[in-house]
Amino acid sequence: MIHPRRLPTALGRIAPQAAMPAARQSQFRNILGWGYLRASELVFLALVGLSSTPAFAATKVTIAVMSLDGDPRHAARRMERAYPGHPTGRAFDGVNLAAEDSAFELDAAGISLEVKDVVLPSAAGLTKVLAELKAAGVQHVVADLPAPELRALVQAAPAALGGAIVYNVALDDDALRGAQCAAHLLHTYPSRAMLSDALVQYLAARNWRKALVLRGPSPGDTLQFDAFIRSTKRFGIKATSTKPFKLTGDPRERDLGNVRLLTSGDREHEVVAVLDSDGEFARTVPYATQLPRPVVGAAGLVATPWHRLWGRNGGPQLSRRFAKLADRPMQGHDWAAWLAGRAVASVLVDSPKATVAQQLKTLRGGPLGVDGFKGSRLTFRAWDGQLRQPIFLSHMDGVIGVAPLEGVLHPKEVMDTLGVDEAETACKQRP
Amino acid sequence: MAQRIAFPYRRWLGVLSVACAAVAVPAWAQSKVYVSSEKDNKIYVFNASGERQVAIDVCKRPRDMSFNADGSQIYVICGDSNAMGVVDVASGKLSGTVPLGESPEMFDLSPDGKTAYVSIEDDNVMAAYDIASKKRLFEVKTGGEPEGVLVTPDGKTAYVTSELANVVHVIDLAMKKIIKNIKVGTRPRRFVMSPDGAELWVTNELDATVSVVDTKTHTEKQKIKFEVKGMRQNDITPVGMAISPDGKSIWVSLGRANHVAEVDVSTKTVKSLILVGKRAWGLGFSPDGKTLFVANGLSDDMTLIDTAAAKALKTVPAGRVPHTIIVSK
Repeated sequence: MIHPRRLPTALGRIAPQAAMPAARQSQFRNILGWGYLRASELVFLALVGLSSTPAFAATKVTIAVMSLDGDPRHAARRMERAYPGHPTGRAFDGVNLAAEDSAFELDAAGISLEVKDVVLPSAAGLTKVLAELKAAGVQHVVADLPAPELRALVQAAPAALGGAIVYNVALDDDALRGAQCAAHLLHTYPSRAMLSDALVQYLAARNWRKALVLRGPSPGDTLQFDAFIRSTKRFGIKATSTKPFKLTGDPRERDLGNVRLLTSGDREHEVVAVLDSDGEFARTVPYATQLPRPVVGAAGLVATPWHRLWGRNGGPQLSRRFAKLADRPMQGHDWAAWLAGRAVASVLVDSPKATVAQQLKTLRGGPLGVDGFKGSRLTFRAWDGQLRQPIFLSHMDGVIGVAPLEGVLHPKEVMDTLGVDEAETACKQRP
Repeated sequence: MAQRIAFPYRRWLGVLSVACAAVAVPAWAQSKVYVSSEKDNKIYVFNASGERQVAIDVCKRPRDMSFNADGSQIYVICGDSNAMGVVDVASGKLSGTVPLGESPEMFDLSPDGKTAYVSIEDDNVMAAYDIASKKRLFEVKTGGEPEGVLVTPDGKTAYVTSELANVVHVIDLAMKKIIKNIKVGTRPRRFVMSPDGAELWVTNELDATVSVVDTKTHTEKQKIKFEVKGMRQNDITPVGMAISPDGKSIWVSLGRANHVAEVDVSTKTVKSLILVGKRAWGLGFSPDGKTLFVANGLSDDMTLIDTAAAKALKTVPAGRVPHTIIVSK
């Protein structure tokens, strides 16, 4: 499938201006006030005898959004199914919206932000693409990549770009925040541990304490299972039984593929937790269980960083702006991409002259907070580069709860009850 | 419960009638309290002691409100109708609407009361409307999600917050242009102006602060930080403000912290903190300044505060998601 806008060029692809206003000329440059402002700045600078770059020349900063050609997550038929927790579009849209949202603020700081859409032709093409990004002065890379390509990018980017921050907006893998972490790797998408903790906190808050666990066969399912079991121990939920499932219509395997059979033996459970990193099986579980029990996990009640119907903290405005720009509803991955763009913009406004190394320090564990439209200032954890954030518990129709749930306590920061806290982290890389 | 509620009111009435012995009826006993309810699409009307009288059907998602100059009409911004409703106070009916841009939120009036300056969230503009002719006069492009609007008493300048750009725009209304952007805190929301016009106060929702802007230099000269015992900074989200009629105190609603704070205008120190309902935003004063009405958006009620005693008197149901409170003279 070749999307009309996906035309690989030497440098991956740069979006045509007409379709996506990636590089924006400031619409505010000519207003009178800026003239005054800039003039007075110049006078001030002249008076105190500082030599500085002229304030009139806007500094151009470029964010690259990197995705992989042929990434199965982005296959059209796959995205069409819109399984919960899976992307329904590419990260470029969210970052692009963030740049648009930040134009005014950046303009005041004398910065113009450009978003470059870069599609890796293959993992082998990374070196060449990085060289081109280096030539374009890119140091902020938003990664919308599968894990192997992300790791390759994280490894190569600092040397190739003369310092870089990589923002993972796509993957929930806990390992990327743990043993495989990197000093310059930040995550705006929540980790699996955070999503799992949010879900299990909700079960605990409702006092639904006995879960029948359906566990899939893939490595991704195992990661979800491990995270879920960790969460049950943290919040006092009991897994009454764990049953492996398999996508199969084979009558000889019906005890693996038939939801009714899978949920019939255990009469103790109060909820069914289906841990399915793919989504196809999970979709068949709600309303198909033997006993009338709510389904949670990969279908039914799902933990997500964003929901298009979130109605507070300016949520409707954000979702509306996104839908207008991208022509589809905003979901979790889009929010993570948007937030990464906003984080870049915020750090640029906060310290326009800082080096990328200083910016990294300001973002990761630093004081700088980003408005994520979830009601709190959001900051990155110093210990693993993960963005701490409220997580929505949603059924398909809307948001039914927000984690951390009321009543959950933490000695320092309640949002750190979600995911891996400082004392537990396996990450040893810090800026 | 009813007795407990009635008691402070009677006591207060007694005090008031002694104080105003020359006047037969306390000046504001006839006052009415108007509360816009975002999700009921109504304005609820209460008497001065917080007893609900009637409800006025208005346009969809009513938010900010203001009286016209003689108090005979209420203008109400309806976010989901993209309109400003005009309510006839005497009949208690919606008498007309002025069409506005997409998702209007807050507004202020020109000193002559003829022009409404409205923040239009989805269009990212502040738009000026001639109320009588229902015509859009002009608009000024703002940063993302404009919210609070304040027009100076001379009618020459409008201040508008942009929640996304974290600035206060200074708009010259004659030139119809932004002449300055003042960097304030994160997610700036609403304004009040000090009585002498020298200071503009701005709530920063995600910083737990109020910025005090010097209106001569148009720079932020101070940040007032709010702290509530047992709460973290992230739980303190200031949004609404109201200045007491004597001009000595500015009251700030602290949103998720479920408190309102009284700040001394001259010393900029917090004098009292009062527990109210969930997500307090809108604030309104009785004309004598003795009672502060607080809209609690997530507990669907309104708290009445005795400002002298710094105590909540009672909390009454006020419809789904009460937004703004105004009190007639």
